[in-house]
Amino acid sequence: MTDLYTVTDMHLSLADMVNKPLFGSAPRIDILHGLSFSIKRGEVLGIVGGSGSGKSTLGRVLVRLLEPSRGQVLFDGQDITHLNEDALRPLRRRFQMIFQDPMSSLNPRRTVGSIIAAPLKLHGFDRISVRVDQALDHVGLPRSFRTRYPHELSGGQRQRVGIARAIAMEPEFILADEIVSGLDVSSQAQVLKLLADLVADLGLTLAFISHDLSVIRRLCGTVMVLYQGRIVEHRASDALFAAPEAAYTRELLGAIPLPDPDQPWGAQAG
Amino acid sequence: MPSSTPGFAMLDARAMVKRRLGLRLWLSGGWLVVLVVAATFAPWLAPHNPLEQDLFTSRLPPFWMAGAEPGYWLGTDSLGRDVLSRIMYGARIALVVALIAGTATALIGATLGLIAGYFRGWADLVISRLVDIWMAFPPVLFAILLIAVMGPGLVSVIVAIIVIDWTRFARVVRAEAMAQGAMDYVASAQVAGQKRLGTMLTEILPNVLPTIVVLLTLEMGIAVIVEAILSFVNLSISTDFPTWGGMIAEGRTSVHQAWWVLVFPLATLFLTVLSFSQLGEGLKDRFDPVLR
Repeated sequence: MTDLYTVTDMHLSLADMVNKPLFGSAPRIDILHGLSFSIKRGEVLGIVGGSGSGKSTLGRVLVRLLEPSRGQVLFDGQDITHLNEDALRPLRRRFQMIFQDPMSSLNPRRTVGSIIAAPLKLHGFDRISVRVDQALDHVGLPRSFRTRYPHELSGGQRQRVGIARAIAMEPEFILADEIVSGLDVSSQAQVLKLLADLVADLGLTLAFISHDLSVIRRLCGTVMVLYQGRIVEHRASDALFAAPEAAYTRELLGAIPLPDPDQPWGAQAG
Repeated sequence: MPSSTPGFAMLDARAMVKRRLGLRLWLSGGWLVVLVVAATFAPWLAPHNPLEQDLFTSRLPPFWMAGAEPGYWLGTDSLGRDVLSRIMYGARIALVVALIAGTATALIGATLGLIAGYFRGWADLVISRLVDIWMAFPPVLFAILLIAVMGPGLVSVIVAIIVIDWTRFARVVRAEAMAQGAMDYVASAQVAGQKRLGTMLTEILPNVLPTIVVLLTLEMGIAVIVEAILSFVNLSISTDFPTWGGMIAEGRTSVHQAWWVLVFPLATLFLTVLSFSQLGEGLKDRFDPVLR
């Protein structure tokens, strides 16, 4: 398998507006400290970590909503580290993102149909109407939802619209940023099932950000554990869950309520 | 594909919900329609020439009082001019000012506010400072000064209102655009490869539009009041043409002998400004899909 993403010694710092002096520029805070990893084609990578570990920031670098301050990010062999928005535009179709809060990520004034169609129009797709219908079919929403507004849908349905918008572009890579954290348990299960099916059907490469290890375990082949902007562990998920190496990973695993508290992680059913 | 067949049918009940037009919208809209018709067709509808003076019919009371003359529904002023006809002709000035000044103010203010709020950076810096400085001028004095420089007249009144009030739009729209700019659907547009200007017009603007509409109707009310104030102090158009402010100024001097000369234009002014603001509120409800 070839690498879709190759990230080398990537640093990222953001302006610290709280401590900005009255005149002059704000000091920088380092969020990510030299990350190096790669994502293979077809891989489903889980990114875990506590609050403030930099997992969402890392995700936003991968889809180039943020620009790294140092290091290099290669997408399919092409350096996208410092590409400007115009140069990125043709590439944008190939890496899509599903957002955490579907209420905020769907424009409340547009219908579901127009939300899914807008990115397609930008990239000059043909038969847009057919593609919108197909996308809705894919995520299991009725086609009549094209004329609905986001606030008229439930949380799980909204998140499906977010997924439909991403897959309609026929991307190679999808970043899913905490996409089930706002949903109730049964919607979570449905959306995860849907995502797993889509990854298998469409041959997607997926980066799945979550703070919930049990979700990661179900979905992901490899897991990357982040702690304060550094990778503490990056391995195949079976191996990691069976025998966590880093102390922080063990701490994370220990925080999960298990069906049978007397059995270790590896021995749990399901 | 296996996942393309949903295993369950999702309920789609919203399609059946209907909503009726509110009373607020009917009343305010109705009054404004009456006013627009009266103003547009004033030459045919007005019972008398608004400028025609007749001292034999001076200070006639409105129709329900003793001593009223038929045909003079709302009475006459001290020069014998018909109050109803003058209000109808006055509505022309008021509505023209409301429409042109209101729209132009909204266009200029909202554009600058949108740019400042969405693009931030130096554009925001320049526009925000300009607004701060602008708002430090006392508005009425500013208007009088402007008209003193340009000379009284309809155009001067409109320009004065635009020059003073664009800051109201700029500030509110900027704040709103900033709040919208932080939403994920803007990031999503960027992920889709949308250009910044396109995002501003197709994603942010529709979300800021209800605010703009409400402000616009309020601004039209304000424009009517400002025009009345300026004509009250004789800075609007020439004194012989009827304006509501001018009528109020004249009525004030004879309020003890002929209260109707003061009260009817005042009531018209009040209802008009109220209708504009209520229309805005009603339209906001209609426009907002979330409140629908």
